[in-house]
Amino acid sequence: MTAATPPAHAHSEAVAIAAERRWVYVVGAIIALLILMMVVTGLHWASMPPSRVETVDVKTLHLKGEFVENNLGTTLGTDGKVTVRLIAQQYAFMPQCIVVPAEMPVTFRGTATDAIHGFVVGTTNANTMLIPGFVATFTTTFKKTGEQLMPCHEYCGTGHEAMWAKVQVLPPQEFLARARSGERLSCVAS
Amino acid sequence: MLLAKKLVLAHFWVAFVAFLGAIVLGEWQMFVRSPLAQWVNNPEHYYRSVTAHGTVMAYVLPTLVAMGFGYAISELALKRPLLGVKWAWLGFWLVVLGTAMAAVTMAMGKASVLYTFYPPMIASPFYYFGVVLVVVGSWVWVALMSVNLHAWKKENPGQTVPLAMFGNVAGAYLWAWTSVGAAVEVIVLILPASLGWTDTINAGLARVFFSWTLHAIVYFWLMPAYIVFYTIVPRAIGGRLYSDTMGRVAFVLFLVFSMPIGIHHLFADPQVGAGFKFVHAAMTAMVSVPTLLTVFTIVASVEIAGRLRGGTGLFGWIRALPWGNPMMLAVTFSFIMLGFGGAGGIINMSYQLNETVHNTQWVTGHFHLIFAGAIVLMYFMAAYELWPQLTGSGPLPQSLIKLQVWLWFIGMMILSMPWHLVGLLGMPRRMAYYDYTHPDIQPQAWTVIASTFGGLLLVISAFILVFILARAHRTPKTAPPPFTFSLEAHPGGRTPALLNGYALWLAMMIGLTLVNYGFPIAQLASLKEASVPVIPIGSR
Repeated sequence: MTAATPPAHAHSEAVAIAAERRWVYVVGAIIALLILMMVVTGLHWASMPPSRVETVDVKTLHLKGEFVENNLGTTLGTDGKVTVRLIAQQYAFMPQCIVVPAEMPVTFRGTATDAIHGFVVGTTNANTMLIPGFVATFTTTFKKTGEQLMPCHEYCGTGHEAMWAKVQVLPPQEFLARARSGERLSCVAS
Repeated sequence: MLLAKKLVLAHFWVAFVAFLGAIVLGEWQMFVRSPLAQWVNNPEHYYRSVTAHGTVMAYVLPTLVAMGFGYAISELALKRPLLGVKWAWLGFWLVVLGTAMAAVTMAMGKASVLYTFYPPMIASPFYYFGVVLVVVGSWVWVALMSVNLHAWKKENPGQTVPLAMFGNVAGAYLWAWTSVGAAVEVIVLILPASLGWTDTINAGLARVFFSWTLHAIVYFWLMPAYIVFYTIVPRAIGGRLYSDTMGRVAFVLFLVFSMPIGIHHLFADPQVGAGFKFVHAAMTAMVSVPTLLTVFTIVASVEIAGRLRGGTGLFGWIRALPWGNPMMLAVTFSFIMLGFGGAGGIINMSYQLNETVHNTQWVTGHFHLIFAGAIVLMYFMAAYELWPQLTGSGPLPQSLIKLQVWLWFIGMMILSMPWHLVGLLGMPRRMAYYDYTHPDIQPQAWTVIASTFGGLLLVISAFILVFILARAHRTPKTAPPPFTFSLEAHPGGRTPALLNGYALWLAMMIGLTLVNYGFPIAQLASLKEASVPVIPIGSR
């Protein structure tokens, strides 16, 4: 067969290989661009998924340390940083309603006491998993004021679908006025 | 030549009957969570159903289709009787026994941990033993595919392995290594807890092991579909395969890049550091290469068909394509869904963009589009191609097949597109119920109703599939025409030795996995505080 290969056939094969090779270059360029975008946004905007491996003992979580009951909620640190601490357990978040400022960086620190939980805040990028034994940390900035829903987004047992919290995003001035007293903020109806 | 007809039929029939049950459960789930239904009294029934739907669709259906199709390919492509038929039956019965064991345990409500297991929630050991049996049964298939290829190579020294068998064995090796992650998770971490030998479990470590399997399994699912793309589609629509080499490149790239990417499922998890998350994101970008190459090669092969049928010009060949041919429809719909699903996949893998969609309904939309849409549709086509060989039925009813394919495509689009939309709005996945009276959720209610309707079309399509396949058994027997795979556009080219074997690619697969998983696993295993009390599911 090889001896009988007509010249036109050999020509079309060369065309096919060249087209194929061009496509490989295009694919390589697309992939390189995608990875470059991840690097640039990661380094330049410090936009990254949760990045620390930090453990916490679930058995003493309620008794001592950062996640005791009277330390949960939102605080304004002396350095002006806003931190939200929360716990997830079957089938509620503590606190159930969280107050945060708009246009200021907010650091969330959360963990779970029993099963795996997780949450996403409305249409924002605040989205994390809460794995028992580990502390999830991420920092985000809320752009719009108003109330957002915060569902548990990971199956955690039969009551999972009822596990929702709320996030109230306040204008920065209003938030600062309320937070200056040094108290923890939350919007849980008491 | 197809001698192991009963073996192949048994695999396909169990796969499709289980699929039919699971798809009805899926539709029930969509209905009860929609505003059309009063919510069931016991939400546990919903999660029980999700566990069953996921276990069948993720493990039972694709494994049995890959096994049955693999045995058929081995005989049809190598043109020699299957070695180890008795072993193959043993593997089949292990899968059936495992499926039954897991199914009964799930139905009794003792395994509502969803198909991704979710430690520290722990189900009855019978559920995990069932899943382990399914996997062990499939390992018999892996071994047999390797044995059959080597026997053929011995008889045909220096010959090029037929492309269909090359992809088939690549899929088998991929599965063998993929399943190791979940196997370690189940055997080392979960079963001891399930049997009551330990009362704590490292949930973070378990998730990392599961992620090893969780993404690569997707490429195991798609191997049979890609084998159909490369070796059957061009022939079925009257074209030629543009490039045999490109098929081989795609198959070995899946071997190399499938495994070391699973941590992209854990972007939002606290137990893995940013460094490995980035490495896995970059590797995930690489695994899109074989699909991008496949899209080019298959579209080019289809173009050849159009030009052979007299199509000319830049777009004229599209009009000349055999649009009345079910395979033409199927490959078109499959590529449309692969396009949307693939674009969504690139968003999911992006280190930063994932934050917006992680664990929302978007993700459910994404994998239904890619797997249930693009891939399972090609499973149907594989069955339709094999059925006349297996049953001697003569040609299957083409118009009914077209109706089935159309319904599957339209149903899947109506099901999954609203999920993408509400995922962006922050709707969580895996929810038994949404409170539609809440003013923020009420505007999203229509999307759940739309998905319920899309799911109904899918159920109808699935029943038509089973009807077509069952009816073929009752038609008078005719001798089937010999089965052929696609011809190359430029046959006779030399295949490089590297693309005729797997040694280098398997070494890269294992090496990259160890590099990308070794450190996170060692680090997590050494963290004492990470072990947390287990939560037994169901009364025991």
